[in-house]
Formats: sequence, structure tokens, C-alpha cells
Amino acid sequence: MASINLRALAPIGVFFLLCFVIAVFSPNFLSVSNAIRILNASAIPVVLVMGATFVILMGSIDLSVEGIVALCAVVTASLVLNDTTGANLGLWAVPFAVLAGGLIGAVNGATHVYLKVPSFMVTLGIGFVCLGIATAALGGFPVRISDRGFRALTLGRSLGLPNGIWVAAASVFVALIIQERTRLGRYVYAIGTDEITARQSGVPVERTRVLVFVLAGLFSGLAGAMAAAQLGQGHALIASGRLFTTITAVVVGGTALSGGVGSVLNSVVGVLIVVVLTNGMVLMGVPPFVQQGVQGFLIIVAVSLALDRRQLEVVK
Amino acid sequence: MTAVNPVLELRNVTKEFPGVRALDCVNIHVGRNEVVGLIGENGAGKSTLVKTLAGIHRIDEGELIFEGEPKSFRSPRDAFNHGLAMVFQEQSIIQTLTVAENIFLGREREFLRFGVIDKRAMNAAAKVELAKVHLDCDPAQKCARLDFAARQMVEIAKALSLDGRLDGDVVILLDEPTSVLERREIDLLFGIIRELKAKASIIFISHRLDEVLEVSDRVYVLRDGAVVHETTSSDASITGLHEHMVGRQLDHQYYRENKQRAAFGNPVLSVRDLSIDDEFSNLSFELAEGEILGLAGVVGSGREAFARCLGGLLPPSGGEVLIDGKPVRLNRPHQAVNSGFGFVPSERKSEGIVTGLSVAENMTLAAGERFSRLGFIRFEKERTECQSWIDRLQIRTPSSKTPMQSLSGGNQQKVVLSKWQIFGSKVAVLDHPTRGIDVGAKEDVYELIREMADQGVAIVLLGDTLEEVIGLSNRILVLRDGEVSASFDAPVGGKPDQLDLISKMV
Repeated sequence: MASINLRALAPIGVFFLLCFVIAVFSPNFLSVSNAIRILNASAIPVVLVMGATFVILMGSIDLSVEGIVALCAVVTASLVLNDTTGANLGLWAVPFAVLAGGLIGAVNGATHVYLKVPSFMVTLGIGFVCLGIATAALGGFPVRISDRGFRALTLGRSLGLPNGIWVAAASVFVALIIQERTRLGRYVYAIGTDEITARQSGVPVERTRVLVFVLAGLFSGLAGAMAAAQLGQGHALIASGRLFTTITAVVVGGTALSGGVGSVLNSVVGVLIVVVLTNGMVLMGVPPFVQQGVQGFLIIVAVSLALDRRQLEVVK
Repeated sequence: MTAVNPVLELRNVTKEFPGVRALDCVNIHVGRNEVVGLIGENGAGKSTLVKTLAGIHRIDEGELIFEGEPKSFRSPRDAFNHGLAMVFQEQSIIQTLTVAENIFLGREREFLRFGVIDKRAMNAAAKVELAKVHLDCDPAQKCARLDFAARQMVEIAKALSLDGRLDGDVVILLDEPTSVLERREIDLLFGIIRELKAKASIIFISHRLDEVLEVSDRVYVLRDGAVVHETTSSDASITGLHEHMVGRQLDHQYYRENKQRAAFGNPVLSVRDLSIDDEFSNLSFELAEGEILGLAGVVGSGREAFARCLGGLLPPSGGEVLIDGKPVRLNRPHQAVNSGFGFVPSERKSEGIVTGLSVAENMTLAAGERFSRLGFIRFEKERTECQSWIDRLQIRTPSSKTPMQSLSGGNQQKVVLSKWQIFGSKVAVLDHPTRGIDVGAKEDVYELIREMADQGVAIVLLGDTLEEVIGLSNRILVLRDGEVSASFDAPVGGKPDQLDLISKMV
């Protein structure tokens, strides 16, 4: 029992260890302004991992993150005051982006469940389809946002913190409620742990799976709107690198790729670890190409730490 | 009756699983060139014993002596390399490999030439091994293309390939090898066993007494994990062995016969000409509230398939099933659940419980609707109701939040049964509800089954043993080759005899 508890706490331990090491090498790390910078950089990844965690808890995977974020960023940018279309919806563009994400998530889920295509393949394909649409619709050019009010979604501040952090915090709250207090959350764990028994007990497995992909799409859509607000534009490449960060954060946080074990809170810690690592490497002057290598190395170390090898008979 | 120089010996071997003593101080020995039969009812410990010999399970106490030395095999492969080959009940053939590749899997070194496998030499060697089992097939073809019986023969050929490749003795464990074979193939197998005796020792496990007596020199009877009888085959009789297998005189109290109902409520379940291709055909019966219907039959009689059909796991190919007069669809599990069927599967660990979830979460898994409002879980209602079931069924758990895997098998099974009672199933389909749980917990489960019947649940029971089916049921259907071969009423005081049932089963 004790070893299991230790394992569950490992990500937090890793986080503090990382902070300590970076602080030793770079005293600037432990400043309020740097802490806010870290939280701000974590905002979009946190929103993304909220959806991805449910998908992974179910034993599936969502690789369409970058596609959905990019397409939804383009949708958002086209609906607010911009240099390409005549729209001016302001913050009302956000619900449209979120819904668009949910819709793509529904396509993911329905294709996966009803055509019985592995989620890996479906979401990989749909992700590229979304990138393709985003590229084709704009002919490769970005949509520039000129709506300052909309950009406040991430750039403005409330109670001293950037608004993006508040949006992320609200997302965590909603995800936590779903995880802890709803039937959907419980079914996700049941399916991820033992789909056969869940099915035999009458759990609507298909419907749950589709809903979870919709949920992931909704969060990705929100992240798309946030990305558009942060960068002041929408284009097809706005999300590159997001997929790697998302999956890494979920796994580093301790959610098992095999499903059933983990939590959205774990993933928040996972995001902080990844972001702090990047931040620390920047502060320490590590060249960017080395940073990527370190991140890749980290995901393997984290997974090997999190695994309980005694219980694994077959690893694929 | 100690053999002069036993090849293989178990001395005072004990093996425990959580909540169950699977082997209790077992002593057996196998002489050189001897065929030893091992019989016992389901759950008597046969499979555990074999798995202990083959290195799958570790021995808790006692020792295994092979060729005069204490041994501890780390894995079936380790045992195999020492000369102890097991022919698995669940086949260990890898279907995507060829026959020859399967026979020599892990021993390709013999055929290496300049670092690559000489396929021609391997196929030729495989041909020699196949000839020993009289199987005429191309060693280069994929095993997936063979039928089940032929794959069984390949499995045996794999075990036999040890002969001539090892210096020491070869012992072959055959675990229920005949259950899927036709009579002709069984005769062939027995012929092979007799030929093999010249080169190896054989342990033959089966629940079919006639077969065991036919092929073995000596027989051990296992019951509740202990050896209760040992005899040479020439001195044994089927009836005598059977009494040893069952052991106790039928104890009426054990199956709570005093609580058996004589009168039933309204008819609830009608099964009309139900069929599944290649499994069973034209099954028909009616079942009333509070009635317990036992299904008896050997493996392959179709009763397991029928139970899974009612659970919505095997769609029927013909006929219909009605609950309260209304036809129900059984193409998917949730249709079966929502029509009123509660299926308790025989594979509790993989199908009955969700190990990661808590006791309460398992209990309310089916009845999610009732324990939530607008999708939000009603924790207080869940906690109180689950606690009341825990108290009523005396489920031994620290709390309703305890993870399912920390409960013993018997207590887990009570949770599975309570899941359907909480959901309010009208028909409980119990597929071996007492498999793998110890005697005390079995009695609790019997009590619970009686209680469910009292509440008006109609019960379809596939017992672990014939004794159990007879003791618990109001009525018994015997299935043979997918058809009902007999129907017995089983009122208290007028229970049919086991031998009556057996004669209709085989």
C-alpha cells in the first residue's frame, strides 16, 4: 500500500525537486514575476490536458489536439474584428470556437466507436484534416485580430493575474467536478480499468466514449480561442508543439496510458513540471534545440518512474 | 504403494490464494513409465496442482522432487527445459506462427546455421514429432489454419519433442486434454499415451472417470485441495471413485434446502426455441418468480453459451426470449441488463468486478441511473444503500470505499450479486457463482441465492458441481450436445441422483 501512495505522490516530488535544482542554478527563478510567467505559460496546456486526461483515463488517445486548436483559433480569429472577414462578435466568438471543437470531438468519438477504428488512427487523421482545412481556408495566410477587447481574454488581468490563468483555473474546476461527481467521470474510470465488466454491467460504453471525445474537443476549442487571443491571430501552425506538451504532461503527471489510473489534478502537476522545466532551461541559457531533447528524455524517465513493473506482464 | 523410484514427487505441498487453501498438504508421486490419473470436481485443486508442477505457481510449503532432487521451477519454460512438459487446457499455441515454429519455439538454436534458422531442417524435425501423434499436416503451415483438435495434437507434439532431446526423464502433464476432442480423436490420443509410456511418465487430468480409468495405471482423487484417495485403476470402480470425489454424504443443510421454495410467483421468463449456431438449438422453458432452474451439462453441452446469451454477450441466432410476456432483445449486454437480466459471469476477476473501483462503485455500476441526478452522483444515497447491503450480506470490507481488489473472492462475489439486486434484476443468470471461493463463503452465496429467490428473482444456475446444482435447484435441465436431454424436478426430499444426471449428460 505504501509504495502505491509514494508512487501517486511522485509527480509532486519531481516538481519540487525540479524547482529546487533550477533555483540553485538560477536565483531569478524564485521571483513572483517568474511564477506568474510560469502560470501564464501553463494556462493553455492546462486547458488542453483537461480533455486529454479523460481520453487517456479511458485507455484511448487524442492526437487531434493541434488540428482542433489551430482550426478553432482560425474560427475565433475570423469571428472577431480582424483584417480578413467582416465579423465582429467580440467575446461571443469564444462559445463558437468551443462548440466547433466539440463538434470535431464528436466526429472523433463517433468514428472511433461506431466504425471501430482505434482512437490513435482516427484522431491522428482528423487532426491532419483540421490542419488541412485551416491551411486551405486561409490560403496559408494568417488572420490578424484587431479586437483589443477580445485579446483581453488572455492578455488582460483580473485580481493581479493574467485572465488566461483564471480561464485555466475554471477549466480545472469543471473537469474536477466531472471527474469526481458525475456518472460520466465514474464511467470513464470503469471503462479504462475494465471495459468488459463495465459493458456487462450495462454501462453505456459507446455513448461514454463519444462524450469523452466531445469533452476533449470542447477543451481544445477553448484552448484554440485562447491561443488566438494570446497571439492576436489565427493560422494553421498556431498550435505546433502543443500535442507533445499535452501528452507529456498527462503522462508525466502520472496518468497511465493504459487507462483507469490518474486524475486531472495529476495532469495539472504534469503541465507545471513541463513548463517549469522549459522555463528553467531558458533561465539557465540552455539552447532551444537541447531543450526539446531534454523534454523527450523527461517523458521516458517519467513513464518508467510511474510504472508498477511487478504488475505488468505484457508491455506493447 | 510407493513406486520403487519415482520420477516426480510432491511432498506435503500446500498452496494458498487469498481466502482459499487451494492445495492442502498434497503428497503424490509418479513412477517411471507410469500413467497417473488425477481426478476431482471443479475447484478440487486439479488445475492448481498442475500449475504448481509446471512452475506457474510457487509452492508455499512442501517440496517438489524431480529425478531425486528438490526442484523449484521458475516458469513453464523452466519446467519444460528440465523435462516436465505441460499440455495446457487453454492452448499455448501461437496461431500466427507455423506448426514447426510452435513446436520448437524458444529452442531454435538447434536449427541455427550461420545465425539464421534452417527452416528446412526445422520442418523436417517437426515432421518427425508430428508423426508421433499421427498428425498428418504440413509443418510449414500456420497454426491458425488447423482446427482445434489438430492444434491440441500440435501441443502434444511440442511436449513430446522433449523426448530424445534431453538426457533425463520426461514427464508430460495432460490437463483435460479430451474435453474438446471427438471420440475418434480421444481413442487416437489414448493410443499415443500407451505408446508414450515406453519413453515417458504421464499425468492425466480429467473429470471424466471412465477415461481416467481407461488410460491410467494409478489414480489420485482430489477434493477441497487434498488427496483423499489413491488406488490402482484395476482395483477402482467408477461409483467408488465418484463417492470419493464428492466426499460427504449429501448434506441438506449445506444447500439451505430448508429454505427452498415449493410455490412460485408469476411466470417471468419464457425461452422459446432459442438457438445459437454450433452452440445449442431449440431451447425452451418457462421460469417463475422465485424459481431456481439448474442447468447441468459437460463442457461443450451449450449451457455456458446459453448463459452468456442471456447476458447479452452472445446474440441468439433463432428463437425468442420473453420477460413478463414481452420479447426482449439480447444483442448487446445493456439490452439484457435493461430487460431485467443480471449476469454473474464465471470469470469473476476479468468480467465480474472492476478492480480499480471501490466496493460501492462496483455495487452501483449497473444502477447508475438511480444513484444520480442530472448526471451528478448522489453520494449520500449511494453510501447509505451500499452500507446497508454490506451489513445485510455480511460483506467483509473496511468500508464501502475500499478498493474491490482488497476483498477476498467470496466477498467480491457477494458484491457482484448485490449489484444486480440493487439494480433490481428480475432474472439472475449465475454462471458458476461459487467458482474459486472457499467453503464458508460458498455457504454465504447459497444463503444469498435463497434470499434472492424469496424476493421473487427467477434464477438460472450453472453450478460448479452437480451436487450444487441438485442441492439448490427447484428444477434441472440437462443439456447434451446443445439440446435438452432430460428435465428433472428437484423438490426437497425428491432430489434426483447425480448418476441420473450424469447418464443424461454423456
